[in-house]
Amino acid sequence: MPPELLRMIITAVLVVAFVFLNAMILGYMERKISAHIQRRPGLMEVGPHGVLQLIVDGLKLIGKQLVVPEGSSPFLFRLAPLLSFAPCVLPFVVIPFSRKLQAVSMDVGLIYILAMTSINVVAVLVAGWASNNKYSLFGTFRSVAQAVSYEIPMLLSLLAVIMMTSSFSLEGIIEAQKYYWFILIQPVAFIIYFVSGLAETNRAPFDLPEAESELTAGFHTEYSGMGFSFFFLAEYANMFTVCSIATILFLGGWKGIPLPFYDYSGIIWFLLKVYGLLFVMIWARWTYPRVRFDQLMTFCWKYLIPFSMANLLITAIMVKII
Amino acid sequence: MAYGTLIEILFYLFLIMIAFGAWQAVTSQVLMRAVMGLAMAMFGVAGLYLYLNSPFLALMQILIYVGAVCIMIVFGIMVGYTPKELAAYAIEPRNTVVSLVASLLTLGVVYLGLYRAQWVPAPGAGQGDFSLSTLGLSLMNRYGLAFELISVVLLIAIIGVVAITWNGKRRGLNK
Repeated sequence: MPPELLRMIITAVLVVAFVFLNAMILGYMERKISAHIQRRPGLMEVGPHGVLQLIVDGLKLIGKQLVVPEGSSPFLFRLAPLLSFAPCVLPFVVIPFSRKLQAVSMDVGLIYILAMTSINVVAVLVAGWASNNKYSLFGTFRSVAQAVSYEIPMLLSLLAVIMMTSSFSLEGIIEAQKYYWFILIQPVAFIIYFVSGLAETNRAPFDLPEAESELTAGFHTEYSGMGFSFFFLAEYANMFTVCSIATILFLGGWKGIPLPFYDYSGIIWFLLKVYGLLFVMIWARWTYPRVRFDQLMTFCWKYLIPFSMANLLITAIMVKII
Repeated sequence: MAYGTLIEILFYLFLIMIAFGAWQAVTSQVLMRAVMGLAMAMFGVAGLYLYLNSPFLALMQILIYVGAVCIMIVFGIMVGYTPKELAAYAIEPRNTVVSLVASLLTLGVVYLGLYRAQWVPAPGAGQGDFSLSTLGLSLMNRYGLAFELISVVLLIAIIGVVAITWNGKRRGLNK
């Protein structure tokens, strides 16, 4: 077997394993943090402090039947979870976890990640349409409108950093933060990016696409078993991707206090930063109430986009002057 | 297995994807299937760019055409019409004739252009530097006019959309 092929197989296995592990960690984190914010113990039954609960949940989901609703479009209905899951796994291939822990080094790594995450919208659209359910369709409409709108400030805020480093390569952007993190000179871009990231991943306070009290579960209402768990995995993988882009572009990636075997152990700093941001995401969910739809759109089009435009213009002028 | 064969197989796979997707996009009565076909064709085109060793163009193709344009099509039409209205409108025989004429005309113009063109290598090409910065600089400097002309095409598309929707309103399609 050629070494290149072996490398590809190892990468694929590790990446998929990491996506599952990440979903389990985040699922546990979410339920435990929400519980403590609401002053209750949360998961306690399976394993010490309920750490094994998510494994049991996973087994339960694997065992369940995938029910295809009547009047739906069976092929598209079955296609949608895969279409949602596959592109969410792919960004992990180019993320530099530490100096040497990166499967593929790409000149256009950032664009690759953004292109892959943009496919998720198509999956949501297919899922909602194929379900033949009005809640799904409403959730889809909301999700797509939200994702399409919030993609603009997200890309604009990232462009400011790209202008400064004139590089799309993730390693290049980390190397450019040798002396200081970019959050110090681009705080506005970071905030805009993080808020848009919350909206892109359909997290509270922007979780209108799956507002439980109005729409049951939004676009994945009709999904059960593995169909549902693919969406679940994809959501958590997306959250990880969004936070790792934030870490790479604004928080210096794997850079931190040097440790032994730094070429590999940088992953400790990287994961600490990413899970710190993920903690903030979960924290925000249990702190802010859900926004109304007009507030959502107003916030994007009247505040985030003008501010990110202004930020981009100022950055362009500063880059030209310095 | 040699990598060459694998790449050739992928190339034909992309071609099949484009052809099947385009066929689905044109013939399907259900809007969603048509758009999925279009997305599939666009994926295939992105694959061809990869085959031509241009990952930047391939990713842009996915980002813009699959992630944005296809979504906008579905969104624009879904909000406007119910699927039944749309299907009923699409199979009028008059429209078939009009679309046939339009597509044949386009084919003729494109074919004429391709047939008459004197193919010469682009100046500056073939020297081996195809990096992103070179690409950007040449787009902004040497090929500035062509770059601007492409945006005129977009303008024409917008005007065309406005014209079509206005006609639709007058004929009371929106009821």
